[in-house]
Amino acid sequence: MRGSAGLGVAAAVLVSIIAAAVASLWWTPFPVDGFDMGNRFAMPTAAHPLGTDHYGRDVVSMLMAGAQTSLAVAAGAVAIGLFVGTPLGLAAASSGRAGRAVLMLGSDIVFAFPALIVAAILSTFRGPGAFNALIAIGIFYIPVFMRLTASSARRVLALDFVDAARLAGKSSARIAAEHVLPVVAPILLTQAATQFAIAILIEAGLSYVGLGAQPPAVSWGRMLAEAQTLISLAPQLAVWPGLAIVVTVLAATALGEGLNRRLDPRFAGRHA
Amino acid sequence: MRVLTRLAQLAATLFVASLIVFMAMSVLPGDAGLLRLGMNAEPAAVAALRAEMGLDDPLPLRFVAWLGGILTGDFGTSGTYDVSVLGLLAERARVSVPLAVYALVLSVALALPAGIYAAVRRGRFADRAVRGVAEIGLSVPAVWLGLLFIYVFAVYLRWAPAGGFPGWDAGPARALGALTLPAVALAIPQAAILARIVRTALTEAMDEDFVALARAKGRSTAGAVIHHALPNAWAPILTVVGMQFGFLVAGAIVIETVFNLPGLGRLLFQAVAQRDIVLVQGITLVVVATVVIVNALCDVVAVASNPRLRRGP
Repeated sequence: MRGSAGLGVAAAVLVSIIAAAVASLWWTPFPVDGFDMGNRFAMPTAAHPLGTDHYGRDVVSMLMAGAQTSLAVAAGAVAIGLFVGTPLGLAAASSGRAGRAVLMLGSDIVFAFPALIVAAILSTFRGPGAFNALIAIGIFYIPVFMRLTASSARRVLALDFVDAARLAGKSSARIAAEHVLPVVAPILLTQAATQFAIAILIEAGLSYVGLGAQPPAVSWGRMLAEAQTLISLAPQLAVWPGLAIVVTVLAATALGEGLNRRLDPRFAGRHA
Repeated sequence: MRVLTRLAQLAATLFVASLIVFMAMSVLPGDAGLLRLGMNAEPAAVAALRAEMGLDDPLPLRFVAWLGGILTGDFGTSGTYDVSVLGLLAERARVSVPLAVYALVLSVALALPAGIYAAVRRGRFADRAVRGVAEIGLSVPAVWLGLLFIYVFAVYLRWAPAGGFPGWDAGPARALGALTLPAVALAIPQAAILARIVRTALTEAMDEDFVALARAKGRSTAGAVIHHALPNAWAPILTVVGMQFGFLVAGAIVIETVFNLPGLGRLLFQAVAQRDIVLVQGITLVVVATVVIVNALCDVVAVASNPRLRRGP
């Protein structure tokens, strides 16, 4: 019962953040690209519930626009990990010893490249940007989903109904797609929620150090970097983007764990 | 034999990783000569520089030359600093490595007791409290913790400078002092992850029959945990520590920026901004190789420490 309530709250929080990010595509309470120098460092008022920054921009509007960057990068990265890593993981589970060894060695090698390093390499050639961050985190997620798919799929492949399908003459590719994938899909989706949360954290770090979204794009990490230069003058500006990150990450993590608890047979019958 | 197989695997991984680093820096669009001289450079000057950098040689030849250099300690010359990349790396590592080790020690010191305590008190208030704190801890960006520390300790209390590094020549106490806030900011999210793993691994080990047997034979809870459950929990803990190491390194690089520390991180971002390819290549290779080697070490120690995977006499 408690678990279900937590899951509902997490989902509701996440949906509101997504709604705010989507809304910011068309509308924010105040423009985020205009300066209002007469209204710098405003304290919270009815019009600006969280005040304004050093350019007089409304902090609520900035947070909404920043959510757009964070969520788009995180969602894109998870999509790359899922859509590339899952087929590779299924291939590794279905292939013979040698094929599996080569695929898993490849996965280990890619896993040794932290997203920050890939983002640095991409930025050297293309200049920094949110898309680099998305690709860098996505590449790092390929081995993450590949390993999980491979280990889950191997357990499914040992089950009797797979043998039945094999005897019926199905190819291993068809077995992987028609019999293994539906069983491992919920596990992968649960992991996707957790990796989405981690991607929000990585993206914030990348845009903080200047390897992510560039002005005029707004991002939570850049807001933190800008707030640092003003920390003795307006410490409140460092609070809001950090809180936005923490709330989003907590909600996505709780969603992942709540789903995991529902799917895990060890918890079966315990939830309402 | 098993050690030899693992070593061969390690060598293969390092080789392919270095090949990827090399290819990424050589094949990606962008002319290395143009990147260094700027878009308005004379074509003749670019051609001369390309020849000097050996960029006109065939790719496999360039890779062999580059890798041969790395193996003999020649990482090339930085385009912007005009000094040897190895010297720069060694100088900056004197900040980054102590910072990462400091953070690792802190996170283990925090996470191990917390994780063990939560596992022993499973399902009770202490367990729920540890898990709740850990969940919040791993949701907090280290950058933000760093900013909060700077505000509280440097701006508000004025106990510490807002960043910077006095150098090891200023004495180990002052140098470590400058690394303390960054190390704590880096350690807290790591400790949260680690505490959860310790709890899970230990909980599973404690469910084993041999722990129940030890208890039935009169072992105290502490004795059963220390002598029976914990030795069986090290393997999964070490495996995850190895997997987290890349995050620790990336986190250290980011936190160096927050506290303005002259480590590998700042060097990397300057190299990216200056498009200093040789330097980016060198830093990238060192980071990736370190992650690969630490992962392998954790694997080996995990196998060696697992009583069930150890070969009997």
